[in-house]
Amino acid sequence: MIQLVWLIPAFPLAAFLIDGLFGRRWLRAWTGWIASAAVGASAIVAIGVFLEVLGGKQQTVVQLYRWIGVGDFQVNVAALIDPLSSTMLLVVTVVSFLIFVYSNGYMAEDRGLWRFFTWMSLFVFAMLILVMADNYLLMFVGWEGVGLCSYLLIGFWFERPEPYYAAKKAFVMNRIGDWGYTIGIITIFLVFGSMNFLDVFKRVEESAPAQSALTLICLALFFGATGKSAQLPLYSWLPDAMEGPTPVSALIHAATMVTSGVYLVARSTPLFAAAGSSLEVVGVVGAITAIFAATIALVQFDIKRVMAYSTVSQLGYMFLALGVGAPVAAIFHLATHAFFKALLFLGSGSVIHGLGGEQDMRRMGALRRKMPVTFWTMLIAGGALAALPPLAGFWSKDEIVGAAFTNGHVLLYAIGIVTAVLTAFYVTRALWMTFYGEPRDRHLYDHAHESPRVMILPLAALALGSVVLGIAIGFPPEQGFIHRFLGPAVEVPGAVEHVPELATILVLALVSVAAGVIGIAVAISVYVRHRPDATAIARAAGPYYRILVNKYYVDELYDHRIVEAARAFAGASWAFDIHIIDGLANRIGWLLSLSGTGARRLQTGIVGNYALTIVAGLLLVLVAYGGYAAGVFGR
Amino acid sequence: MVPLGAYIAVSAALFFIGCAGVLVRRNAVVILMCVELMLNAANLALVAFSRRYGAVDERGSVFVIFVFVIAAAEVAVGLAIVLSAYRNRPVVDVDEIRAMKG
Repeated sequence: MIQLVWLIPAFPLAAFLIDGLFGRRWLRAWTGWIASAAVGASAIVAIGVFLEVLGGKQQTVVQLYRWIGVGDFQVNVAALIDPLSSTMLLVVTVVSFLIFVYSNGYMAEDRGLWRFFTWMSLFVFAMLILVMADNYLLMFVGWEGVGLCSYLLIGFWFERPEPYYAAKKAFVMNRIGDWGYTIGIITIFLVFGSMNFLDVFKRVEESAPAQSALTLICLALFFGATGKSAQLPLYSWLPDAMEGPTPVSALIHAATMVTSGVYLVARSTPLFAAAGSSLEVVGVVGAITAIFAATIALVQFDIKRVMAYSTVSQLGYMFLALGVGAPVAAIFHLATHAFFKALLFLGSGSVIHGLGGEQDMRRMGALRRKMPVTFWTMLIAGGALAALPPLAGFWSKDEIVGAAFTNGHVLLYAIGIVTAVLTAFYVTRALWMTFYGEPRDRHLYDHAHESPRVMILPLAALALGSVVLGIAIGFPPEQGFIHRFLGPAVEVPGAVEHVPELATILVLALVSVAAGVIGIAVAISVYVRHRPDATAIARAAGPYYRILVNKYYVDELYDHRIVEAARAFAGASWAFDIHIIDGLANRIGWLLSLSGTGARRLQTGIVGNYALTIVAGLLLVLVAYGGYAAGVFGR
Repeated sequence: MVPLGAYIAVSAALFFIGCAGVLVRRNAVVILMCVELMLNAANLALVAFSRRYGAVDERGSVFVIFVFVIAAAEVAVGLAIVLSAYRNRPVVDVDEIRAMKG
């Protein structure tokens, strides 16, 4: 089965080609089912590959063909299949499949249905290449591919200005991150002479190069990761990316693409571990992003934006885990988060769909009576996000904060716990405002309806995953299946395995649960019993509240400091181009046409003139030759 | 035996008659005929030299064959041009056909 691994990206690629070529005219609504079937087939192959890796094939390289070969430097189009990549393949294909099925319902009435599924298929293909690649360069191909698809899909409704601007913002910010990635892989090539993961890691182990070079590599790669995974300082595109269709937000901006930065760092663990303090940078950035985004999520009213900031925050958790030396916990959280966050987004989408496009939570309320399935599944996902046992999020998040504590990063641990309280608060608030209380907009409420079955079934499947995934692969904590499976692949060989005692684990778990419960309790007190009332708090907090509502004015800061400078530079470049470059070309053209004006008088169009010229020329030549032969001009 | 000079004189006379015709006449068909005249003047000179210096080199007469072929092709192309120009505008006066002047 592992030898068939190239089938996994081949199916979505085929769907992309079929939908893209024939979708508009002929296939129309069928494009969705073709794409869904293709991704489903990929998921089946991915399951097979996963089972075979589980059966003991620790590390397999499946080469498709040689891509670049210059002397000793070789880059192959080859797949590295180990526990890490097979887990990612499984998560990506399964979650994608569910979201594709859901999209058939959600996008059914959109004119651009074929366009949507064409790009979604291309996205899945690029994401799978990113995950499977056995070298940094091929990974970069997937990396850019997902960035492109993200751009196309955020701007899917490009007739309106907001999606178009959001798409542009996402693309530019991702390009800034890609600059870091490029610096990283170029330095890797210069230092190691190879871009192959296994070669590079082997060389680091055998004879580590200078610390400065390693640190540069790691920080550059991490900068790339902050762009893709929406960490400080390049996070601000992700909340705006919510302008895209909701399934896009669920698939690309919650479950898969934004985790590729986490995957990159987890994949490069040997590099990061050898590079001294760069892991600490990763951890600190992750922790700050986690709490920073969580505070913004507290006060947002757009249901999708709450989820977007929540995603940024949860990605921060994953980087925190990587930073404190717990890559397994990071990937674990990546997997569980893919399920419950995709579910939260699809649930939000179901609500938005049922309300005919309304996203503002201030106009919702009491929807649990109208949309029972959406309500229950989102409740499960919300519980998983708030890390309530025994839901999936509890096990993974508990491992992250636990690892922060046992590995001696007390400050990061504290930030993690505070963020957990905030998380529980905002998710409770969002669910309350949507599903409980009194309907705030009578008209919207009366027309609300539960979504069709094609959308409900994926919700149920994801809810099942959100319930059982954590306990199935994460129990018992620190020694669960995922540790035995992933541990050898991503943890640095020789590092001391820090398994805390049972009592410590219990106390840490208790603290995490308490954090979640406190957050929920406060939220219920504020929004159910109005003690204290939410608006009263907002008024009391005054300027602090306004800072949060305005998202710390980061967008404004970027606009003033960076975008305006860039625009001024672009304006100057434009003027240079128009006046100097184009001016030069125009002057040359003007000169040429001037000389042409003179020369064209020779073309009289009268054949007799031409004949006369020929004869005169012939005579001239004859006279000259005769004179030369006779020695008139001397010899 | 006719001396070589007589051949050359006839050849030169023919050539200049043809040349003058090309320069002076306006009728495209007549111009083509004059070009033929110039080509045949050259042929006559070639044959004469070939006959005279045949012991040394007789290749001159071979060139005459080439000139025949080229003349035939030239007439074909030339008449075709004249015909299509005539179909376009019913004149054969070359001074009137000047649509392509610069």
